[in-house]
Amino acid sequence: MKIKEIIEIVNAKVLTEFCNEEKEFEYAFASDLMSDVLAYANDETLLITGLSNPQVIRTAEIMDISAVLFVRGKVPNSDIIDLAVENSLTILATDNIMFETCGLLYKNGMKGNRKWQTTY
Amino acid sequence: MANDLLKRFSFEITSNDFITAGKSSSYIKSNLKSLGIDSKVIRKIAIVFYEAEINLVIHSLGGKIYCDLYEDKIIIISKDIGPGIDNVELAMTEGYSTATDKVRELGFGAGMGLPNMKKYSDIFKIISDKNGTLIELTIFI
Repeated sequence: MKIKEIIEIVNAKVLTEFCNEEKEFEYAFASDLMSDVLAYANDETLLITGLSNPQVIRTAEIMDISAVLFVRGKVPNSDIIDLAVENSLTILATDNIMFETCGLLYKNGMKGNRKWQTTY
Repeated sequence: MANDLLKRFSFEITSNDFITAGKSSSYIKSNLKSLGIDSKVIRKIAIVFYEAEINLVIHSLGGKIYCDLYEDKIIIISKDIGPGIDNVELAMTEGYSTATDKVRELGFGAGMGLPNMKKYSDIFKIISDKNGTLIELTIFI
């Protein structure tokens, strides 16, 4: 799914100047826990989160995640946006809650990122 | 020689500094990229380094992290000044955490730190007592 489609589907705003609207994401990972993002997410994943602090950007950078979609109307402050820009990340924001955001994207073909091995 | 230390990066990590936490990991990642190391290896190193960094910020009184580069491997050493881990076996269990609510609000403290470090490294060693914790992580290039 292209970023421009994601923007349309969840009615998102682009908060960073740089946004490659043609960039495609096959998978998404939704979590407010950065520990879980570090444990489970793969690259080329759209990160969906309601957590708004610099560690979201650091985590995305470490995981080679190039776009973050903030939900529940969270607007990251300018320090977070600056850090994202510094790391060439695209930041999107939607007023939808996490459940609706995921549901809308899933309905339109986005897949969940589940390439990990369970330990139980 | 494979056992010769080619380069050492060292970083001072401050307890409770959540603003700059992750900066050292970012620095390591871009430096290893410029050295032409395979991107999959870099990703593993970046993850374990970041987990180590976050762990020191959350749980320790401060410490140092070293990233030692050899011809065939990278060793990350995390060394803090206390207070140590009460039960290392429990701390290695996925989901077990002693993190505070404040830390959880920041998106950490899910009890995945040490298990994640083990998962992404080829050799994982940990020693802890009240004077501090020493973690040594080896990733083969």
